[in-house]
Formats: sequence, structure tokens, C-alpha cells
Amino acid sequence: MYAFNYHKPATVADAAALASQHADGKLLAGGMTLLPTMKQRLAQPSDIIDMGKLNDLKGIEVKDGVVTIKAMTRHVTVATSAEVRKAIPALAELAGGIGDPAVRNRGTIGGSVANNDPAADYPAACLALGATIHTNKRAIAADDFFTGLFETALGEGEIITSISFPAPDKANYQKFRNPASRYAIVGVFVAKKGGDVRVAVTGAGDSGVFRQKDFEAALKANFAVAALDGKHQPEKGLNSDIHADAEYRAHLIGVMAKRAVAAAK
Amino acid sequence: MSAQGVGASVLRKEDFRFVTGRGRYTDDINRPGQAHAFFLRSPHAHATINRIDHAAASKMPGVVAIFTGDDIAADKVGGLICGWMIHSKDGSPMKAGAHPALAQGKVRYVGDHVAVVIADTYAQAREAAEKIVVDYGVLPAVTDTADAARTGAPQVHDIAPNNTVYNWHIGDKGATDAAFASARHVAKIDLVNNRLVPNAMEPRAAVGEYDDASDGLVLYTTSQNPHVARLVLSAFIGLAPEHRFRVIAPDVGGGFGSKIFIYAEETVCVWAARKVRRPVKWTADRTEAFLSDAHGRDHVTHGELALDAAGKITAMRVRTTANLGAYLSTFSSCVPTYLYALLLSGQYNIPNIYAEVDAVYTNTAPVDAYRGAGRPEASFLVERLMEIAARETGKDPAEFRRANFITAFPHQTPVILAYDAGNFAASLDSALKLADYANIGKRKAASAAQGKLRGIGFSAYIEACGIAPSAAVGSLGAGVGLWESAEVRVNPIGTVEILTGSHSHGQGHETTFAQLVSGRLGIPFENVSIVHGDTDKVQMGMGTYGSRSGAVGMSAIVKALDKIEAKARKVAGHCLEASPDDIEFRDGKFTVKGTDKSIDFPSVALQAYIAHKFNGQDLEPGLKESAFWDPTNFTFPAGVHICEVEVDPATGVTTIEKWTAVDDFGNLVNPMIVEGQVHGGIAQGVGQALFEGAVYNTDGQLVTASFMDYQMPRADNLPFYDVGTTNTPCPSNPLGIKGCGEAGAIAAPPAVINALTDALGHEDIAMPASPLAVWRAARKTMAMKTAAE
Repeated sequence: MYAFNYHKPATVADAAALASQHADGKLLAGGMTLLPTMKQRLAQPSDIIDMGKLNDLKGIEVKDGVVTIKAMTRHVTVATSAEVRKAIPALAELAGGIGDPAVRNRGTIGGSVANNDPAADYPAACLALGATIHTNKRAIAADDFFTGLFETALGEGEIITSISFPAPDKANYQKFRNPASRYAIVGVFVAKKGGDVRVAVTGAGDSGVFRQKDFEAALKANFAVAALDGKHQPEKGLNSDIHADAEYRAHLIGVMAKRAVAAAK
Repeated sequence: MSAQGVGASVLRKEDFRFVTGRGRYTDDINRPGQAHAFFLRSPHAHATINRIDHAAASKMPGVVAIFTGDDIAADKVGGLICGWMIHSKDGSPMKAGAHPALAQGKVRYVGDHVAVVIADTYAQAREAAEKIVVDYGVLPAVTDTADAARTGAPQVHDIAPNNTVYNWHIGDKGATDAAFASARHVAKIDLVNNRLVPNAMEPRAAVGEYDDASDGLVLYTTSQNPHVARLVLSAFIGLAPEHRFRVIAPDVGGGFGSKIFIYAEETVCVWAARKVRRPVKWTADRTEAFLSDAHGRDHVTHGELALDAAGKITAMRVRTTANLGAYLSTFSSCVPTYLYALLLSGQYNIPNIYAEVDAVYTNTAPVDAYRGAGRPEASFLVERLMEIAARETGKDPAEFRRANFITAFPHQTPVILAYDAGNFAASLDSALKLADYANIGKRKAASAAQGKLRGIGFSAYIEACGIAPSAAVGSLGAGVGLWESAEVRVNPIGTVEILTGSHSHGQGHETTFAQLVSGRLGIPFENVSIVHGDTDKVQMGMGTYGSRSGAVGMSAIVKALDKIEAKARKVAGHCLEASPDDIEFRDGKFTVKGTDKSIDFPSVALQAYIAHKFNGQDLEPGLKESAFWDPTNFTFPAGVHICEVEVDPATGVTTIEKWTAVDDFGNLVNPMIVEGQVHGGIAQGVGQALFEGAVYNTDGQLVTASFMDYQMPRADNLPFYDVGTTNTPCPSNPLGIKGCGEAGAIAAPPAVINALTDALGHEDIAMPASPLAVWRAARKTMAMKTAAE
């Protein structure tokens, strides 16, 4: 690890100010990506702005059919929240399937969404559930938030404060794990709310999470496994690596989507 | 059998220490004034080193010294050696390229050692290493096993044209070819035995220390055989003579073979300690372990099996190319030759065998012995061929094996080994029953109804352990003898210390060896301690690998205990005023036959040391004996494993539904520890079959250099095992034990792949059978089914 300056601000405003002052600085939430990267000397931030003291960024609220999760809420808290389990069981299950117990006890929803790792789980939930990402400056629709590999709409000094998820009628998330890292090779989140159906795919796209609009159209017409028969995800734009080539990923997107529809509740 | 003697499942003495963090590993050792080493490693697979500029790096904070290959050469430090000479078919010796501890003029694999930075802290050493400027002349690399000997391939060592280390062969080619010419059926296979990274839980580490008062060296190191390390570092690399060189291998967290070898890092640490007059410490991080621990396997093989009209095997013909990496590691040369081809007869009566093995250099990490070492490669080939031959001739795979089993012992194979004992049918019968083979058809139908593919696979393996006698291995090219030593020190109050040349790095010797002594001397298990891993305490030993500690190491203890008993009997004779011949020793008590006159073992020990009851000139005081045991033969553990898998053709995920293991390890010292060894071995074997594979790209970069891409087997990948044993005692050692450490890793891969190919209905799947590979194979299966309908 390279040397860096360490800050632990007490307010979101202070954290944002520090982030603005230090162009090569990094916000530290759960540290589940940042710290390993620094340990491997793959990242060399000048400053670390530790958000651990921002206690008003922790907690979950369910009101008027909307689940709002504050940014520094740990995955384990979401996974075990009775309120989330009741309102959006698929979201609690997704959180309970992130990484391993150590990761779930440190990692945060804000950190995951801000990092926008192409194999992360939460971005799929955000897109499929039509979430809104709230920052210290504004509210951003999930559709406008994820802009590319590790890229988001967040500006300089902009910090995610919470994410709100409208509860769907039915939803499910199916993940096919990389056998070694156990990140998603393909993760498909399917959500139905009224006449609308959204299908979000993570782990597979070469620009990160995306919506599968062809599947969405078919499922809007008929929310059933059979509606996806004959629907194929094109290989173009999908990742290839030693564990899964684009053809396999495309196939798995279809399989996982069907399994998500079958399991949706 | 006593409650804590041989045969009892005594809980392991060492586990409290290990599971409560009280183990003392090399990285736990910190010496006063210690400096830290960081190795600058080659980022290129193949390059000339035109210039190394470390002027700026040397000025970095905390830097004590920076050394390169020039410094190693100037000090005339010898290169790393390969201790087993193999001769090619034409009689020429193998082509061993120079292997300096720090590269001289050229690097040959990613991770090769370019320079060492020694600094006050590890962070400073690492920081400074980034300032070293190396001018590389990048050369094309060769990484592919099958491609290495191609004309025009990049040359790894000038001394080895066509990257060929040797072209070796064994067996009678003429007789084998003749048998093939008259065969009724020939089964064939082309296979790759995938390269594996050992991944012991504890990475390698070393602390070198120099004492200028005695001009002596001390090396703490993660070694499976500290005496061999001292011998090599002393006699061949020339760091110090043995009497002024102490090597200590404290608690070691797993080895699987990778810690047998003498590596560049410990050589440099102990050499540099004298240069800088400070202890020098190095501990590998996981990436370094991936890059620079000796890898395992990596064969490309074509094999053929000839059958007569009755389905009896008449001959086997094998052609293997073995990738030994960029340099010859310590025992690498014997692995694809004598540890491989000698096992090609398997459990079967095969009258003719001919095998050719070409070993090649590539720009990859050195390859050497890894759990099983050659025997898994042999077993995989033999058992895949047996399965294919059974399928092609329409025979039940179990019964086809049975019909070809060796049934009379001793049995001389056509490839040197003479099996001393075994009962292969007994293991098969037991395994078939445990596996509920009779109902496999029903289970396959149930899976098919769910859209899944179910298969069952057999593996009737045999291995050779003990790896001895010394004269025999010497005649095959070994540079060392493969005996073992033991010393039994009885203290005056009757407690016992056993000094052994075996080394425990997970095997549980502190428990099993104490069981042997406790039962034999009739003293409490707690009163026995085991001393190992220190060349100042144990005079000489050959270490632990090849499942040899029980068969060889414990036999040496038995021999020393025989001497102890003989001496103690004489002392007891004086105490009881009887002739030693009239005294019987049982349950820790010496008794004059037919009387109630007796004395217990601790009292005899005390009398031996106070020497009041006998004339110290006629009988030496004290009670301490040592022994060297050289075995009379290899041992031959064997067994049958049966694996049952279910494949989801939609995703390619393979689930192991059932695992049956029936092993014949001869007599068991501690059945619980044996079962643990079987479990661990199967896990590693399943790892090879389904998950693990070291992948180099064409530039020679290790693509699978972390656990993000290299999949180790995990608990949720594995089933509960049904484990059974049969027992034909080994006639070649006093305890009748054969060894169990590698069996699972040898047995498992063919069992898994035979099950998978049974499920798929074709043979087109390689290891590791990842979900991607299985999905592709299952598509072929589905296409075949559609075509058939």
C-alpha cells in the first residue's frame, strides 16, 4: 500500500468538501473494493476520506411502498431487515448473496452503487426496480446513473446519501457466479410493477449493468417463463474471459431470466 | 490395541496449538536486528537483462543493500540443482540449464528473480524495488507444452535444443508393438493433465541469519525436509559446511510437495544475511506463491490400450510430453518418469507396456512434485483408458476392471515395480455396495426426468509410496537415499522424546508417532513428545513427501524402539536379578516369566541412568538409541473410488451427488487422521478435475494468478464422503502400513471425469471441467440425443 493522508469527517458536507479539495482522493465506505486495490498497489489515492463517522447515512426506512436505504448501510443489515424482506424480498435476498459474510458485514450499498463494478449485484436491483439515487446535491434516476464500467453520473464532491426502491408486485434476482471469485458472471434482476416489467443484467455487459428491453417487452405482454422462449440475448457487447465467453454469457442471461421469472414473488 | 496406541482414533495433539493461533510458523519468527527482503521479479516471460540500474533505489529510505545476479556470481554461489539424473533413450544425460538464485543475463518466466532489495522494513524494500530500472530485451516466449519442442520455438536454455530436457522411455517396445498388432480392440485417448498451483495455506517464507562468532548460518524455512535443504545449500550451493549450518523448519502450514524443493528465496536470504550481517526475512505474498511456487502436473499424453477377444488387456502404449517449466526444480525430472510410468500397470495384469516421455522447458514456473507427483497423472491415464475400453467393448466398467485385476502377489509389472500385496476385488466389492451401484439406473432416470444428466465413474487406482529402497532409487538416478532416521531418547523419569527425520506439515506426526511409542512402551501418550524439523536436534533425515512418514519414518522408530527394549530388558534383568531372556515385556512392565517379580518401564529408565544396579563398564548407562531404516520395497496403497455426478445442461454446472472411497492402506495407525487425509486428497483431486487450472497466455503471463481466477475447491463444492477401508497389511515394513497422504488426489480426477463422461455420453471433456466446458460438452450431448431421436 502506498502512503496517503487520512480524513474522517463528521458530516456529509465536510466529506464532500474534502472530496472536492483532493482531486486524487477517494471516499472510503465499506472498503471492499478500494482497500484490496490499494493493498495490491493498483490504486494510489492521495487522500482517504473515511465515511465511517457519518452515522446519519445509516439505516432503512419503508414508507408509502418505497424502501429507502441510506448509503452507509451494510449488506448484512439489508439482508436481515424484516421490513425489506417484507417489502422487496428479492432485494434482501440479493444483499444476502453478495460476497461472503465478511464482505456483507463491511460492504455498503452506497459504496457498491458508487463503484459500479460491472460484476456487482446492487446495480441490477437499482435498474430493475427503477430506484432513485439520492446524493448531497440531487436525485438521480437509476436509468441515468450507471454510465459505463466503474462510471456513474456522480460529479466531483457528490456523495450518495441514500437509495430508494419502489416496491414491485413481484421480483427476483438470479445470479450465476464466477466459480473462482464468486462475483456474478451473469446476474439477472426481473421486476414487475403494474403493467411495467424491467429486466436488468449485471456481470455480463462490457459497459456494465444494462436493461434487456427485448425480454422486458415479452414479459410485459405475458409475465411467464414461456414468454421468453425464443428470446435470445445477442452476444455483441458481452464480456469474454477464461470463465465465460460471450456466447455462454448470452445463453446464461436467458436461463437466469427464466429462472427469475419462475421464482418471482 | 490400547486406547491410545496404534489403531486408535486419538484426537490430534497439535490441533489445540493450531486452532488457537499458537502455532509457530516461519513468519512468526523475528530475529533481533532483522531486515526484510523483497524480490524484484521479472514481468516478462522471456527476456535478456541488458542492464540493471539500482542507484536511485539504493538511496531510498531504509535500504540496506540491493543484490543482483552479478553479486551472486561474484560470491560464487552455486546454482539451484535438480537432484535426480534422467538419461535419454540415447544414453545422454538430461540437459539441465543453469539455475542461478538471481537471474544472470536472462529471465525465463514471469516471477523469475531479478534482484533482491534488503531494507529495514518490508514496505521500504518494496518501495525501493519500484525504483530499480531494468532494461529488458523482451524475447518471444514458449508456454504451450505440446508446442515447446517445435522447431523454431523460442529457446529457453541454449544447452537444451528444441527445449528438450530428455527423451526417456521404459518398457519393451518390440513386444508392446507386437501385442498391438494382434489386438482385437484398441482403446485410445488424447488427454491433457492440467497444470496446478499448489496453494498451501501458509505461503513460503525464510529467515536467514549469520552468527559471526561461530561463522555459522541459521535458516528458518517452510520446508518439508530441512536436512535435504541443508545438504543442498551446503554441498551444492556452497553457503557453509553442514556443521556450521543449521536449518529449522518449524510449524509448516501445508506443503503438498511444493515445500520439498530448495528455492531461490531461501538461498538468497541466508546468503544475504552474511553479506549484510543482519538476519534477513522474506515471506511470500499470495501472488508470489502463484508465480513462483513449483507447479504440478502439466502433461500432454496419447495413450492406447490393446485388448484380446476375451477382453483381457494385452498391452499399453503411452507417449507423454511433460512441461517442466523454465528451470529444473529439485526433483522435477523424476516426476514424469519414475513416479509416473512405473505406475502405468495400475491394478491390472498388463503383460506389455511401453512408454515414452519427453520433458520440455517452457517460459513458465518450474513444475515439480505436487500431491501424488506422477502417480495422479498415471492413474488418470490408466483409469480413463479402462473406462473407454469398457464402454467401447460394451462391458460393465466395474466388471471389465475386475476381469483384468492382478490377483496373485507378489506381482512383477513390466515397468520395474513388484507389487507385494493387495486385494483389489475386495475394495471393488465394498465400493460397489457402498455406492449402491445396483440402483444407478433408477437414479439416472430420476435425473433425466428433471432434465439433468447423471453419470457414475470408477477409479481403481494404485500408487507407490515410501519411495525407496535407497539402492533401488539410486540405480534409477536419485541423488539421495530414501531411508529415514529416528532417535528414541528415554528420560530418567520414563518420558520419551522421539527425534525423527520425518517432518509434519499437517500430517499429525505428533499424534501418530506418539501413539506408536505409547503403545509399544506402555507409557501414557502424553509422556511422549516428537522432535522434528531442526538439523541441530535431529542429525539427519529425508523428510516427508510421497506418503512416506508412516511406512518409512515410523519403521525407523520401530527399529530404534527394538533397541530400546533390548537395552531396557538388560537393565530390568539386573534390577530383577534375572536373565534378560527370562523377562517378558508387556503393558509397560518387565516381569520375570512365571513370577510376580516386575518393574515398570519408568523405573527401568531411572535405573538405566543412575546405574546403581549394574556395572557401568559391562552395560552402558543411559537409555537412548537411534536407527536408520531403509525399506525393502515401495508400498502399494490401492483402492476404488466411485463418483456420481449430476449435470445441469442449461448452465453446465456439475454437482457431485455421491462419493464412495474404499482404500487399502494396510494397517491404520489413526483411522480418524487417515480419513482426514482421504477427505483432503479427494478435495484436491476434485479440484483438479472440476476447478483448478493454471493458465498462461501466449505471452507467458499467468492469467490465473489469484483466487479471483484460480478456483480452489470449497466446502460447498464437495459432498459428504462414504469412506471405507480394506486391509491387506504391507509385508515390506514392520507396521504393515502403506501410506495414505496422496491417495485421494490420485484416485479422484479419473473418478470425476469418468462420471462426467458417463453423464454426457461422450468423451469430449477436459480438466478442469468448468461450467463453461461442461455446458459446451452438454450441448454436444443434447445434439447427439436430438440426432438419435
